[in-house]
Amino acid sequence: MSATIETPRAPQPVRRQRRFNFEKWGWIYMRASGVVLVVLIFGHLFVNLFAGEGVKAIDFAFVGGKLSQPFWQIWDTLLLWLALIHGANGMRTIVNDYASNRLLRVIFKGALIASAVVLLVLGTLVIYTFDPCPAGSPANLLPSFCPAG
Amino acid sequence: MSTAVLDNSPSVPEVIPTFTATLIIRRFDPEVDDEPRWQDFDVEMRGTDRILDALHKIKWEQDGSLTFRRSCAHGVCGSDAMRINGRNRLACKTLIKDLDISKPIYVEAIKGLPLEKDLIVNMDPFFESFKAVQPFLIASSKPDKERLQSPVERARFDDTTKCILCAACTSSCPVFWTDGQYFGPAAIVNAHRFIFDSRDEGSEVRLDILNDQEGVWRCRTTFNCTEACPRGIQVTQAIAEVKAAVLRGKP
Ligand code: SF4
Ligand code: FES
Repeated sequence: MSATIETPRAPQPVRRQRRFNFEKWGWIYMRASGVVLVVLIFGHLFVNLFAGEGVKAIDFAFVGGKLSQPFWQIWDTLLLWLALIHGANGMRTIVNDYASNRLLRVIFKGALIASAVVLLVLGTLVIYTFDPCPAGSPANLLPSFCPAG
Repeated sequence: MSTAVLDNSPSVPEVIPTFTATLIIRRFDPEVDDEPRWQDFDVEMRGTDRILDALHKIKWEQDGSLTFRRSCAHGVCGSDAMRINGRNRLACKTLIKDLDISKPIYVEAIKGLPLEKDLIVNMDPFFESFKAVQPFLIASSKPDKERLQSPVERARFDDTTKCILCAACTSSCPVFWTDGQYFGPAAIVNAHRFIFDSRDEGSEVRLDILNDQEGVWRCRTTFNCTEACPRGIQVTQAIAEVKAAVLRGKP
């Protein structure tokens, strides 16, 4: 560190030592995830709403077909995690800005974390355990690759 | 041609057109009021008059108890920042004719700092965070001559040297309104002024201070500060440059 001359005023209180800086990484995360999310979201919208038959193509078979391909599993997992944490962190910021009551802050942030974790676990579970060919369903509703049931 | 008109004007006493402006001022006298209250005043104004002139007229001719700060009256000292029609402005730089005078003009103290009386707030928290960024040149050597600097090096931080510490930016910042710990834009502007000064050696210290939970990362790029600055400083940009410098670890 550079040398310092005597300061013209009373010395500044020494601030906390640099540890893991949550706010800094939060800020970086918001920028980085934002950029990736633009690609993921528009890709998602394009494939679901425009490509091929457009929005009419969306039904159980369409979703089932997508979720049975590793490419879309990873795409959707990324979308889920990045967007949900991005949103939750944004909400945390709003709580920090506008909830001045300590207890309320704790409650709001606790609820935020809890709901984010539940949604992340639930969503990830669905993406990887989704059964596109539930037994006993009419074949015309199922993806084409299902063994006729 | 225009000079002829100018030469003539002193000899021909003209009636300068006036208009009536209504000011609604947020008054608060801690010895009398429990709550601030709005009070309206009608004043005769001319096109060249500013809000500060209206306040003077009210204080001198209508209500001597009206309290506000001003010193230079010409946008240099930074003591008369106030909220005029909901925007932070210097009263001495705001021409009344530039506002919509068909409606009343609302004047109140800047927000986010403790209200003391009428248009006066306690500026201590503002200057505390200004002090906290060490706004002075830090250099280890004691040179015999002046410290040289190229015009390009000087231009790097030229914008932020213009700050007059009026607090218009800091008190327009929604984060500052609620978070008493946030440094606020003005402190970051003044840190920027030294962080990017090639003669200064303390930028690491300042970047460290601003890399705090309540430092630059609290900024939401709302741009209220840039809009409010009477000196036209690109405040939000300066904050973004400090953020980038914190990430790099050096200016
Ligand atoms: S940056 Fe502009 S608005 Fe902020 S204190 Fe300085 S002069 Fe005032
Ligand atoms: S009175 Fe000095 S800046 Fe307005």
